[in-house]
Amino acid sequence: MSNPFPLEKDGLLEAYRRMKTIREFEERLHVDFGRGDIPGFVHLYAGEEAAGVGIMMHLQDHDRIASTHRGHGHCIAKGVDVKGMMAEIYGKATGSCAGKGGSMHIADLSKGMMGANGILGAGAPLVCGAALAAQKLGHDGVGITFFGDGASNQGTVLESMNLAAIWNLPAIFVVENNGYAESTSVDYAVASDSYVDRATGFGMPGITVDGTDFFAVYEAAGEVVKRAREGGGPTLLECKMIRFFGHFEGDAQTYRAPGENEDNRKNRDCLKIFRAKVTEAGVLNDAELDAIDAEVMTLIEDAVAEAKAAPLPTPADLTTDVYVSY
Amino acid sequence: MARTLSMKDAINEALDQEMTRDPTVIMMGEDIVGGAGAAGEDDAWGGVLGVSKGLYHKHPKQMIDTPLSESAYVGAAIGAATCGLRPVAELMFIDFMGVCLDQIYNQAAKFRYMFGGKAETPVVIRAMCGAGFRAAAQHSQMLTPIFTHIPGLKVVCPSNAYDTKGLLIQAIRDNDPVIFLEHKNLYASECDVPEEPYAIPFGEASIAREGSDVTIVTYGLMVPNSLAAAETLKKEGIDVEVIDLRTLSPIDMDTVIESVENTGRLVCVDEANPRCSIATDISANVAQDAFGALKAPIEMVTAPHSPVPFSPALEDLYIPSPDRIAAAVRKTMGA
Amino acid sequence: MSDLITPILMPKWGLSMREGTLAAWHVEEGTEIKPGDEIMDVETDKIANVVEAADGGLLRRCVGIAGEIYPVQALLGVLAPASVSDSEIDAYIGAFEMPVIEEDEDEAPTHEIAELGVGRIRYASRDGDGTPVILIHGFGGDSDNWLFNIDAIAADAPVYALDLPGHGGSVKSIDNPGLGTMVEAVIQLMDHLLIDKAHLVGHSMGGLVSGQTAIDHGGRVASLTLICSAGLGNEINSDYIDGFVSAANRKELKPTLKHLFADQSLVSRSMVDDLLKYKRLDGVQAFLDTLRGNLFSDGKQAVGIADGLSSLDLPIQVVWGEADAVIPNSHAAAITGAKVTVVADAGHMVMMENASRVNELIKEQL
Repeated sequence: MSNPFPLEKDGLLEAYRRMKTIREFEERLHVDFGRGDIPGFVHLYAGEEAAGVGIMMHLQDHDRIASTHRGHGHCIAKGVDVKGMMAEIYGKATGSCAGKGGSMHIADLSKGMMGANGILGAGAPLVCGAALAAQKLGHDGVGITFFGDGASNQGTVLESMNLAAIWNLPAIFVVENNGYAESTSVDYAVASDSYVDRATGFGMPGITVDGTDFFAVYEAAGEVVKRAREGGGPTLLECKMIRFFGHFEGDAQTYRAPGENEDNRKNRDCLKIFRAKVTEAGVLNDAELDAIDAEVMTLIEDAVAEAKAAPLPTPADLTTDVYVSY
Repeated sequence: MARTLSMKDAINEALDQEMTRDPTVIMMGEDIVGGAGAAGEDDAWGGVLGVSKGLYHKHPKQMIDTPLSESAYVGAAIGAATCGLRPVAELMFIDFMGVCLDQIYNQAAKFRYMFGGKAETPVVIRAMCGAGFRAAAQHSQMLTPIFTHIPGLKVVCPSNAYDTKGLLIQAIRDNDPVIFLEHKNLYASECDVPEEPYAIPFGEASIAREGSDVTIVTYGLMVPNSLAAAETLKKEGIDVEVIDLRTLSPIDMDTVIESVENTGRLVCVDEANPRCSIATDISANVAQDAFGALKAPIEMVTAPHSPVPFSPALEDLYIPSPDRIAAAVRKTMGA
Repeated sequence: MSDLITPILMPKWGLSMREGTLAAWHVEEGTEIKPGDEIMDVETDKIANVVEAADGGLLRRCVGIAGEIYPVQALLGVLAPASVSDSEIDAYIGAFEMPVIEEDEDEAPTHEIAELGVGRIRYASRDGDGTPVILIHGFGGDSDNWLFNIDAIAADAPVYALDLPGHGGSVKSIDNPGLGTMVEAVIQLMDHLLIDKAHLVGHSMGGLVSGQTAIDHGGRVASLTLICSAGLGNEINSDYIDGFVSAANRKELKPTLKHLFADQSLVSRSMVDDLLKYKRLDGVQAFLDTLRGNLFSDGKQAVGIADGLSSLDLPIQVVWGEADAVIPNSHAAAITGAKVTVVADAGHMVMMENASRVNELIKEQL
């Protein structure tokens, strides 16, 4: 049977592996956080995997992304080490950021991941800088900033869209529209009915895709990344998607409609949609996907075990790495 | 070596030499070139006071005019700094920091620590500071303590053209984010400045005047004001040492303590507002570490706890004058 | 009558001096003064030194008051024979136009620049008649090391004081600098200035450079005065050389500079700051590192010129500060046939610490 998809089999397996890794990572955090194993608070990306992975499948290490407070999925999709992430979330010395950043600040610049960010909309100017650097240094890297429908109202995002447009930067503005800014509905908080219209107002193209459909995201992202690489300038890409969990772990989600979460899990799960498409087309089979599921379960299990066993930072670490030199 | 240059021209020369030395050094800001997209001349302004005039023609690819979007372009400078460039973002007036402070204090200042020591953010954010320009409350502040409060930032505020060139070159070569504050009323002040590039390390105060009776610790425009006070006091037989901190973070407390141990008297002069200021910081440190050396209570001469006024009649009262500084010194002498 | 009156003025030492403190008089009114007599102490923010009389005569009036600050060229004293009346002296003092301290004065540059094969060379010059004298400073120094000498020597001959490559205002970027670079710079400057033959006066490493120039370019050198010179023995104080090269700030540099003087109080803040300014110029650190490696590594001098000089038919004198803590004064005797003077109460910077004696010795050699 011919392959109707824009990826070869290997690519499809890789996309599934990344999405499944994010899902299991977040599901496991949901459980372990609830049990009280994890300090602080976490914001989970479960349900939104197709958007992050659909975009990141087009990127290389020299492409830079700036993430949000809900950053685990972006990190995994961009290739940040899962075990390092887990250790970081547990506050351990072996974490991606030596236990100094935590869930909201995981970064790996060597992978082009400029950091999850506790300040909403803060990534947009940073990514303009990454895109400017690519332009000045003469490489074809792109900068992608992710922000939610909530942060889409931040001045930083709007200023940055203007800046990217006037400088024709290889920058991509991805609105991850999951319908809620914390507990506040997009219908309340965003005046414009259409992010495409907003993009037009800044003189750049805008595209809206179904963020639960990996292939829709993948194809749209391919187009905008290519345009940016080739000097065509910035684009806004809106992914309409689903947040399986609350804003943060512990959120009672009383603002949701009755049955909303159950319906999302049943009918709008991007992983289920992906599996159905690739198996119905006969390009991948359940056994191949189940094998990945098993590998991912082992990876996450090992990551948690290693994170729990890892050493804590020492008192001496409290004041190191404030400056390169001081 | 012996060539006189104004502080304004020293800044221009430092930027010019560093952009020549290193093509990854870029400069961004509002009207730093001037006339972008307009029908008239290019390089129309060279910055609002002409500090960067002429640099566009020498380094056209490294000079970038920005829209009036401080959050976006200061953030972009910070982002670019983590991606292989060494941007110098100019903010015109320090008072505008408010509209982009998140990018400075939540992003640039924290990357290295939050990311476990794996990030370097070699960005310089330049701004004019200080009163005396008849520019009123939103174009005249010092705000230095806001930045010294934040771990991860370095803060520089030079008092003369020689230091300005060497400290700006160091700021550009430094791998940490640097807030570089230029007192606008010192732009015209001149001194000998070597033509060659040179870097002055951070965290090294300079002794602007040696003296044995009283130590004045200060920075920026208050250095010449303190030196003027010292000249007056010399005629009264009071020998004043004036320490120019040059960099406020890192700060050279060793030189301050050493001087106070010699003189036994301390006057802190700070153009910033008085609460939680550089003056209170120095005073607290000396009280803690050199209390035994003090022969008199520490004096502080600062701006009042008020915004900067517009009327020259009021603004001249706002800025610590040589007379007020001299009076504080006399007080430590028991006069 | 006033052509019988000779003023004593505040001297100008170096480019940046605008004023000085008359610290003390060494002579009283009524004293008959000879040229070269030590008449007063003057202090600037850079250095304190004794002032020698430029002219002789009867000191009729001390105008300057000890402890007060005066601008350069201010009237400090009046010399006149007894035949001049007190009222004439009063009139002279009253008519004397006291200079004001101008912050922005447009003075003629005291340094000039020559673009030579070795690169840009900065030098100071003083006009005069006869065979020129070229003053060559030591490791890490510059032409200002001669600020107490250049004007005094200029009374007898044209004088040039250069900044060697890597020093002062001269070229800083030099590929593998060594003795050859320095000798080449001296010869190229002489060619540039159309100087066929000169008396070379070298201090420390500058002595080594002077001597090597005489060995390599015999016909170009009229005489040699080697002051606390390198190249005359093995030892050199590595605490000084290494300390000078590695010092990154005031605290590290100041104790190092104390090796230079017998009277260590002469190491002023301003001297330390000026040297730091030099050391912080781009390229200087790498230059000093390499030059030290080539000439003075591990407390040993790499090059000796004593034997080469002993066989030259050339007037050579060696001058040493008795208390030299950088190069031992025992090296003074290394050159056969040279005239040797060891100056008491002076260290490595003997030409600053006892300028009058050194100036006298240099002038005797001309």
